[in-house]
Amino acid sequence: MSSTQGWRADVYVALKPGVNDPQGLAVRDGLHRLGYDEVSQVRVGRYIQVWLEAPDETTAAARVREMCERLLANPVIEEYRFQVVRIDAGH
Amino acid sequence: MRFGVITFPGSNGDHDALMAVEMGLGQPVELVWHTETDLSRFDCLIIPGGFSYGDYLRAGAIARFAPVMESVRAFAEAGGPVLGICNGFQILTEAGLLPGALLRNASLSFECAWVFVRVENDRTPWTQALAPGTILRLPIAHGEGRYYADTATLEQLERDRRVVFRYVDADGRVTPEANPNGSLNNIAGVCNERGNVVGLMPHPERAYDRLVGGDDGLRVLSAVLRAGVEVASTPRGLGSGHTQR
Repeated sequence: MSSTQGWRADVYVALKPGVNDPQGLAVRDGLHRLGYDEVSQVRVGRYIQVWLEAPDETTAAARVREMCERLLANPVIEEYRFQVVRIDAGH
Repeated sequence: MRFGVITFPGSNGDHDALMAVEMGLGQPVELVWHTETDLSRFDCLIIPGGFSYGDYLRAGAIARFAPVMESVRAFAEAGGPVLGICNGFQILTEAGLLPGALLRNASLSFECAWVFVRVENDRTPWTQALAPGTILRLPIAHGEGRYYADTATLEQLERDRRVVFRYVDADGRVTPEANPNGSLNNIAGVCNERGNVVGLMPHPERAYDRLVGGDDGLRVLSAVLRAGVEVASTPRGLGSGHTQR
């Protein structure tokens, strides 16, 4: 049949470093209250999994990058990174 | 002047806008379901507040793909007056029709209060005849209203006087205390390059009668009546006002 393969992209989206993250600050304060004084910084982001078909890893990665730019992340405020892993048929 | 109010699944300010235009302005107004694509019968559009599509992913991120949004974009690019209120503002930034983004409030609280905003720019159809410096008392109700844009964009917005509303105290002073959500430069509302698309977090449509706590919002909604269709034919600024993101 066709030469497409199954891939899964694990996408991590977070606010850009310069953007104030009040959620992260609140979680950091919570950790401090639990006694984790060694925690200096917390930033809260989003983890998205995308299953897709593509002929090869390069194509899959290019498509996912486009998805991140256009929807999964908002480039005005967020940055993203992802990894693409091959999955066996049926998964 | 015929108003269209776009309703998405999860909008909750659409009926407020409907009432404000009907009762406050006495103008014809219709709700437009998000699957509609013909907006040719309208002279101006309101994108109302609420939680369109449950605010999934990011506030406004999904609404941007609603069928009606392509028509909203065309309407805006033709110079038609568009007002995005609260979630409507978030949708317009996600769609790239307005610059910047709205982030979670610095307080981490949902802020529900009456605030003061100062009109900074009267060159939009929604602020025409409101002298810069005019102070309006309007309600806010949002969890994600912290205006953010990168430094270069922010400087350009200030330079081009595209900040339309700014949070101030009762005396019109820009102070940190008057800023309900941590917005950069106390920004409560901005416009596109051309000036015909305006977004703001406060709710003018919920302040259309003293009976509901105030009527300053009518001054925003009624400004567009003076603008009429003239606005559509007198572009301001240089670009077409899109792809700012």
